[in-house]
Amino acid sequence: MTIVKTSIGRRSFLKVSALAGGGLVLGFNSLISCTHKSEVEVLALPKEWFEINGYLKIGDNGVVTIMSPNPEIGQNVKTSMPMLVAEELDVDWKNVIVEQAPLNTDIFTRQLAGGSQSISSAWKGMRTAGGAARHMLREAAATAWQVPVNEITTEAGVLSHKASGKSAGYGEMASAAAKLEVPKEVTLKDIQDFKIIGTDRKNVDGLKIVTGKPLFGLDYKRDGMLIAMIAHPPAFGMRLKSVDDSQAKAMPGIKDVITINTYAEDYSRQWCDVDAFSDLVVVVGNTTWEVMNARKVLKLEWEIFDTHSKTFSTFWGTSESIKVPGGLENSSKHTQQMAEMSTKKGKVVRKDGNPEAAFRKAAKVIERSYTAPFLAHNTMEPMNFFAHVTDDMAELVGPIQTPEFMEKSVAARLGLPLEKVDIQMTRMGGGFGRRLYGHFLVEAAVISQKVKAPIKLIYSREDDMTFGTYRPAYHAKYKAALDENNNLIAFHVNAGGIPESPLFANRFPAGAVANYLAEEWAQESNITVGAFRAPRSNFIAGAEQSFLDEVAEAAGKDPIEFRLELLDKALNSPVGEKNDYEADRYAGVLKLVREKSNWGTEQSGVYRGVSAYFCHDSYVAHVIDLVMENGKPRVQKVHCAVDCGIVVNPIAATNLVEGGSVDGIGHAMYSGMTFTEGTPDQTNFDKYRLIRHKEAPSAIDVHFVKNEIDPTGLGEPPFPPVIAALANAMYKGTGKRIYSQPFVKELETSALRM
Amino acid sequence: MAAINLNVNGKKQTIDVDPKTPMLWVLRDHLNLVGTKFGCGIAQCGACTILVDGSSTRACQLPVSAAEGKAITTIEGLSENGDHPVQKAWLEHDVPQCGYCQAGQIMSAVSLLKSNPNPSDADIDNAMNGNICRCGTYLRIKAAIKTAAGSNV
Repeated sequence: MTIVKTSIGRRSFLKVSALAGGGLVLGFNSLISCTHKSEVEVLALPKEWFEINGYLKIGDNGVVTIMSPNPEIGQNVKTSMPMLVAEELDVDWKNVIVEQAPLNTDIFTRQLAGGSQSISSAWKGMRTAGGAARHMLREAAATAWQVPVNEITTEAGVLSHKASGKSAGYGEMASAAAKLEVPKEVTLKDIQDFKIIGTDRKNVDGLKIVTGKPLFGLDYKRDGMLIAMIAHPPAFGMRLKSVDDSQAKAMPGIKDVITINTYAEDYSRQWCDVDAFSDLVVVVGNTTWEVMNARKVLKLEWEIFDTHSKTFSTFWGTSESIKVPGGLENSSKHTQQMAEMSTKKGKVVRKDGNPEAAFRKAAKVIERSYTAPFLAHNTMEPMNFFAHVTDDMAELVGPIQTPEFMEKSVAARLGLPLEKVDIQMTRMGGGFGRRLYGHFLVEAAVISQKVKAPIKLIYSREDDMTFGTYRPAYHAKYKAALDENNNLIAFHVNAGGIPESPLFANRFPAGAVANYLAEEWAQESNITVGAFRAPRSNFIAGAEQSFLDEVAEAAGKDPIEFRLELLDKALNSPVGEKNDYEADRYAGVLKLVREKSNWGTEQSGVYRGVSAYFCHDSYVAHVIDLVMENGKPRVQKVHCAVDCGIVVNPIAATNLVEGGSVDGIGHAMYSGMTFTEGTPDQTNFDKYRLIRHKEAPSAIDVHFVKNEIDPTGLGEPPFPPVIAALANAMYKGTGKRIYSQPFVKELETSALRM
Repeated sequence: MAAINLNVNGKKQTIDVDPKTPMLWVLRDHLNLVGTKFGCGIAQCGACTILVDGSSTRACQLPVSAAEGKAITTIEGLSENGDHPVQKAWLEHDVPQCGYCQAGQIMSAVSLLKSNPNPSDADIDNAMNGNICRCGTYLRIKAAIKTAAGSNV
């Protein structure tokens, strides 16, 4: 067992008196449909709720409400995080109701969806919250029964004292427990005693989702609410010059047409305040369709801006000036520029041994370059936010991955203190990193302040897809040297992108090669970028693991065996000290996927590729089985091995790995944003291709490594490696190596129309 | 503006609206039925799928005037309590991740099973190809459709 200090402050322990009404009302709303019992069963409503700590309250009938602090973007934290509390509270999961917590920095820490770190960050804290409440319930029972607290046991929401034969439900002791002091430390369960963690628990919002209940930001409504839509420049590099709104204002249902400036000129932006277009024209009206129609008749003029800079504040409290180059950019030119940059010397970010000498004496040198385009996040729910800003209060409701950061941005913009900004998070129709950048929340607030009404800002798909914050475009050039015995003696990577490098210099194969050189570069752009599911890894994994496949082939080695040999070196005689991965866990997923896929037993007509990658503290390996149907490659099956430590909720974790694999295959194969004179060539799903039903793999087998390591990331790690597994399988199937994403474009040039 | 007579989820009502307004926005803004989702507005993603006289239709491309006199079914009209066989299958397979596209997926699946109670894999792929899921839940959707197959939808 583990004894942990409770870090939950007094501030978060609101007592019975302080909570009464609010708790009841919230509980009532969610009781109607938020239980995850079978679809028609509804838990009986308690007469009174007792808030034990900020994470949970217990009804007099033993029903428990657990607050889910983090934004839910489809990664299933709204189910999996409360499971951590429920485990240590020792309740029956069927008596648990989950509620989405609003932003509350007094009680919760890291209310953020990003970096695949929700579960790992909450692993101790949320279990401690449950354990502390359980302890207080035991203390309450000990006092009531006049017995020592250490003789009181719990099981499934029932307190028992064996010697006296006394027992009571949590509901009976909740009132007394809520009045007690928080214990200074609590004992957490041993892993083998877990009853909820490690078991399948279905999505707590499942019933609401399949019955179409209002869950998402776009569904949010308020009496007197107006609809707002923006018009932004048609091209990156442009800004608003003039507005003629006379016709639009006269359209039916239109309340106003205004221009706004999202961020003040002298504002030092936070990292999450990225926006390509700050000067916007806004149409405000009664209904969405009326606003859409009025927007069409706006007469807007745009102009090309000159090179200028934007100020961002850094994590260290200093300011940094970021250059925004003037001009209209083209994808064809980007491709040329990146190829050119890769021929120059980049900034050396890691060097081991003497790579130059090793390349000179090599028996074989392999050099290959890989590229990938900008990607739009394309969350299925477009950006939107509700705002009601009055003179002294801002109320904001909607889909946001960074509420704590955006609270600061919006408070600064409105000139309100933080405590006058209230942010509530709705369930999100996808995040993938896009909703880390909350300019739309600030826009909604500014619009509401200007029109003096509650408004809901809605982006159309076109607005969403053409507003920027894309995954950057990347280029990586790899070079490997083999000696006469086919040992990898030198490795060189030169990688960069527009506008950032994708490189992780200390990741595999760094540490496994005696002579290693990593260089990077970046080329500025006025096309804005942001984190996209597994930032940087989402490109560099595919490039590196495709390259290693080719190197293994040149060395005449089995691709899994070749990687394991390198990992063995990294484990037993590592080169350098900064290697950021654990070689044995890396090898572990490769061995598991080798075993589960029966690697080495070839089936006729099935072409296989393998890949493995480490990111967000987790390890994932994929084997793809590909078949050729009418001359076209089709993914028949994906075998996937994952080491993310303890798996909290296997059914949801499996879903996430399946989805991440499909998402990775889809983006590598079909997706890309390109630009002509700064204008996006793709504005909607007619031209921007996302993977569809017909193109999805027929089967995905997910295998988790079983261990007792604290949980690590899962939302992002399954995405990057599958790209190379696909490329490597396609090489086997088509005889052609693929170096550029989207793969479908390369296939089309070789007459394999997809 | 015109008075339009609608039959949505068995409820007859008259609304005063521009007859060109897409059914999607009539449902969402006028009738407060927000289960039907906005995804693309050009019938490419399937998030707004509803049933018109039992057949799947993209509500974003259906002018409200064309819905007059037809039986419209939205996700809210499938069942009272989420116990329609397709909804139950979705829950059994724990299909949703973010959940946003799932109402549209379910409505397309219902339409498929109405016309083809025991679809093959290829039938499912063809019928569902217009519904995008960015989270990549396609395999679970297919499994859920197979579970619901043969039941009376």
